[in-house]
Amino acid sequence: MSDSLYLDEARDPLVIAEGWMKEGKDVAIATVVETWGSAPRPVGSHLVIDADGNFHGSVSGGCVEGAVVNEAVDVIDTGKARMLEFGVADETAWQVGLSCGGRIKVYVERLG
Amino acid sequence: MDPYALKTLNAERRARRAAILVTDLGDGRDRVVREGDHVAGDLGHAIARAFRTGNSGSVEAEGRTFFLNAHLPQPRLVVIGAVHISQGLAPMAKIAGYPVEIIDPRTAFATSDRFPDVALHAEWPEDVLKRQPLDSYTALVAVTHDPKIDDFALKAALDANCFYVGALGSRKTHAKRVERLLALGASADQIARIHAPIGLDIGAASPAEIAVAVLAQVVQAFRSRGLEAKGAAA
Repeated sequence: MSDSLYLDEARDPLVIAEGWMKEGKDVAIATVVETWGSAPRPVGSHLVIDADGNFHGSVSGGCVEGAVVNEAVDVIDTGKARMLEFGVADETAWQVGLSCGGRIKVYVERLG
Repeated sequence: MDPYALKTLNAERRARRAAILVTDLGDGRDRVVREGDHVAGDLGHAIARAFRTGNSGSVEAEGRTFFLNAHLPQPRLVVIGAVHISQGLAPMAKIAGYPVEIIDPRTAFATSDRFPDVALHAEWPEDVLKRQPLDSYTALVAVTHDPKIDDFALKAALDANCFYVGALGSRKTHAKRVERLLALGASADQIARIHAPIGLDIGAASPAEIAVAVLAQVVQAFRSRGLEAKGAAA
């Protein structure tokens, strides 16, 4: 993942997560750790979520963010990290999928 | 993620320095590794590779699974001289993923007619580089042939440890340049880092071909960062 010339402070997920932390919010960070096939966001991409379900960034083209946000709120509660996997319109584990046909693995952890 | 690791990582990214967040996917512990930090074993090799390629990914080491998230600053190219070579170099470098800025105080050269869609500064390098300092993720290419314009920028590029420093000119021209840079306080080791004559030796003849040779050398320098040091240690 390449960062732009100078960080886009208003939109950078990790900068936003740091800002939330300084405001005293509880925060979870989701990271794409593996992709197979045509995945919309590269390995290393972040989605950051606060305890109220506000989020910034992306781990897919918008296909699975909703599910990741729900999981993240649990992760913030329990403090226990989770590994999520999303595949092609997956009927089994999650009722959400990637219409692009790819598969991704997303690691969700609490900040602090 | 450890709050301190996040703060450290963001500070490195703001300063345009490369850093890798290493996360143990088993217990969730993480830490920030800076370029040049020593990490032993298989994990160290994987980290060195991630710094070179900029690719993030998982790696098995010491019986554990680590995720390496590589944060590399966007490499960029600063060209001193709004000359014929630069007209070819600017669009080619942009396509290759190296955004370009051109600096040349000669207003007859630095015109947007000659350089459409390029960040162009019709100013002295001293003034531009004061506002936008060079760094180790910047390549500097000096092609004006004019010591008054090139020399300051070359010295600044060596001091900023630019990943590539190249200067146009024959060996004879370069020998005189070396004397001037020594007089400006550059060390012999620093001066040895300058690519002169500039560009890979592909027999380039036209200005556009020289631009290809220069761009290829810039890419080579960028993708082999850190390899020299490793070779010396092996």
